[in-house]
Amino acid sequence: MSEVQFEIDGKRVKAAKGKTILEAAREEGIYIPSLCYHEKLEPFGGCRLCIVEVEERGWTKMVVSCVYPVAENIKVTTRSEKIDRIRKTIIELLMAHAPEAPELVKLAEEYGADRDRYEQDTSFCIHCGLCVRYCNEVKGKNAIGFVDRGINKEISFIPEIAAVECNDCKECFPLCPTSYLQAAFVLAQALSFPPSKPGTGE
Amino acid sequence: MPRLNTPEELEGFRQELVSKRDPNKPCISICAGAGCIASGAAEVIEAFKAEIESQGLAAKVDTKGTGCPGFCEQGPVVVIYPEEICYLGVTAKDVPEIVSETIKENKIVERLFFKDPVTGVRAVHEYDISFYKAQERTVLCNNIKIDSKSIDDYLALGGYTALAKALSQMTDVEVLEEVKRSNLRGRGGAGFPAGRKWEGSRNADEPIKYVIVNADEGDPGAFMDRALLEGNPHSILEGLILGGYAIASHEGYFYVRQEYPLAVENINLAIKQAESYGLLGENILGSGFDFKVMVHQGAGAFVCGESTALMTSLEGRAGEPRPKYTRSNIKGLWNRPSVLNNVETWANVPHIINRGADWFNTVGTDSSKGTKIFSLVGKITNTGLVEVPMGMTLRDIIYKIGGGIPDGKKFKAVQTGGPSGGCIPEDQLDLQVGFDELTQAGSMMGSGGMIVLDEDTCMVDVARYFIHFLTDESCGKCVPCREGLRQMDRILTNITQGRGKEGDIELLEELSETAVEASLCALGKSAPNPFLSTLRYFREEYEAHIREKRCPALACKALISFYIDPDKCLACGICRKKCPAGAIDGDKKIIHIIDQELCTNCGTCFEVCPAKFGAVTKISGVPVPAPLAQEKRMIIKKAPKESPKKNQGKAGKNE
Repeated sequence: MSEVQFEIDGKRVKAAKGKTILEAAREEGIYIPSLCYHEKLEPFGGCRLCIVEVEERGWTKMVVSCVYPVAENIKVTTRSEKIDRIRKTIIELLMAHAPEAPELVKLAEEYGADRDRYEQDTSFCIHCGLCVRYCNEVKGKNAIGFVDRGINKEISFIPEIAAVECNDCKECFPLCPTSYLQAAFVLAQALSFPPSKPGTGE
Repeated sequence: MPRLNTPEELEGFRQELVSKRDPNKPCISICAGAGCIASGAAEVIEAFKAEIESQGLAAKVDTKGTGCPGFCEQGPVVVIYPEEICYLGVTAKDVPEIVSETIKENKIVERLFFKDPVTGVRAVHEYDISFYKAQERTVLCNNIKIDSKSIDDYLALGGYTALAKALSQMTDVEVLEEVKRSNLRGRGGAGFPAGRKWEGSRNADEPIKYVIVNADEGDPGAFMDRALLEGNPHSILEGLILGGYAIASHEGYFYVRQEYPLAVENINLAIKQAESYGLLGENILGSGFDFKVMVHQGAGAFVCGESTALMTSLEGRAGEPRPKYTRSNIKGLWNRPSVLNNVETWANVPHIINRGADWFNTVGTDSSKGTKIFSLVGKITNTGLVEVPMGMTLRDIIYKIGGGIPDGKKFKAVQTGGPSGGCIPEDQLDLQVGFDELTQAGSMMGSGGMIVLDEDTCMVDVARYFIHFLTDESCGKCVPCREGLRQMDRILTNITQGRGKEGDIELLEELSETAVEASLCALGKSAPNPFLSTLRYFREEYEAHIREKRCPALACKALISFYIDPDKCLACGICRKKCPAGAIDGDKKIIHIIDQELCTNCGTCFEVCPAKFGAVTKISGVPVPAPLAQEKRMIIKKAPKESPKKNQGKAGKNE
């Protein structure tokens, strides 16, 4: 596979064509924060935390690195005053929902984010979609999905599928950055799973 | 109807149609667009048909429901040809008189003419009406002339000549070059050059390509595309087929919002008609070019007007925008090259092919060519659809065409570009409308919404309204839009309700920056515009709300109080009787007082207080004066001759 050369935080690096900036940076040991990225999954571009600055043919633009492909001679900046300010706002917005999530707490420290900046609205899920996408893309089961739209969007287990598939899998549980997923599962199990068939142990 | 196999057959058929039509035969055209239908046009059409029938005139007079000519304020609109006599606000009751006077006696019914609100002069013909005079109608002009369900009407007026010309006299590359040279820019929002978009798709390697009509018009108060879809569907279809030919695509889609049932019906009918005439389908007009078109109905999401969300929705998935940085004209629908243009853009294409790119370039500004349709709404005398050459000033649109602000109010701002557009203040009214001009002013062209705001409008509340709309319509995929707008909505609501804090403006600016820079799609990236543009031009209103808890426009309910001026109150009692909260105390000859504890700020007293007294006022930012002492409330002076009591009946009507 052909390679491209480009610059990241002043360092000249090489990466295979087709790689995203985020992947290339991680290979170089440069850490770009992200909440919705997972190496086994298609880029989602939802959390926008991995935003970086790219200078390409004289133009500077803000792009999210989990989606933007590397290109010859681009100059990538992964930290700047502006980038940090945007990341801080994103972290603060998410902390209104999940103030105690360990990943967010750590990021808040790094970026000086104030978890009480915005009115609290503790619903825990931050809509990173890792569980939904993992179940769909890796497991091919679709036992969990997004329902509704916009600010009313939620994750929801599909009881008929989840009752059959989830007990032996639960691979999505450790992916969840806020531990909300486990709670959602327990709730779904208690409230909406179809009754088990007597005598079958199911 | 036999299939038309060659351009010559099409021309022959057209001439036959025209020859059968007597240009001097009276024709009553009644607008059957959504606005006029809502004002009773369907009954008017029925009444005309029945009246013509009963008078035995059926053979001598044509009657038809047509597309929307745009003057919705004064609908139902009736135009009688060949004289082009224009009657406005026609009801079924007026029909017998129109038939007996105008049709039979050749006399006019003066009271149904347009009366200029400024000069008071009445206009007999459509072209005399000030609302139409300054317009330049290229795309909309045929709407009132054709029955939108009749392909023959479209053909008689030269419909599908552009297609015939392109297929018989031009190569596909020549069609593409003509559109490129015309400098036509997308009418849907971003104003991207259509020809360049087409060229990208044409040059892409993938052999299967698509052309798509974005008919998911969802801006509040906008109905440009609706008027075209419902009124002249063939003009859009012809443009789409031309686009397909130019980029070597054989499949086209209409993505129409479900809320436009008449548009869906008319487009489907237009497709069927064009197919049966051989203008669509295989081997169009014997050229060897195949093209088919399908209609897809949206499911009610505003975000599906965004190109990648639209394509995702068209593929049958939830309408969310795609995160990838690839252009949809290279990788769009099913990852294939897809040209997506707005309804109005497509409708311009047949005109460009017929009349040439040079003609198109004679109209407009340096960077924006042709005409643009705006829906002129809000606090404006002549509400409706207007089509003007690019470069006309906002002042001319609002005053010359729109007739200015009604009720003697002062102009405050004009909101352009839909919910994510911005507000332009009075000192920039001489701005020429064009894509770049509006963007520089902090607003945008968008798809052509134009909402006029008067002095009674609170600009903070306007920003709150649009941000709220966009919060509701966010797809929820990315954080800056979903969460950022939710917080912006919350902060703006707090400000308009008197809970604004120091630092709110800066917080809103920070959230705006994050949404503009980091959102996934154009909805989020442009969503802060209503806030940013109102802050740019009306910052003092934000500060008054936050610091003084005062709404300068006296519009924010939570920040105003209603107060009866004791020097003006003549104890007519109407406010007391109408107050739904029982908050007004008073009696005959006793000056009325509003109990601020009971008052719900509904504004009824303000509306019903007779204009000549003007005793009820709104106050904001200052404490309500203490009520008069009981003994001072007696009205001792003699009431004026015309006693207030006598006026009570009238008062209600004068509000």
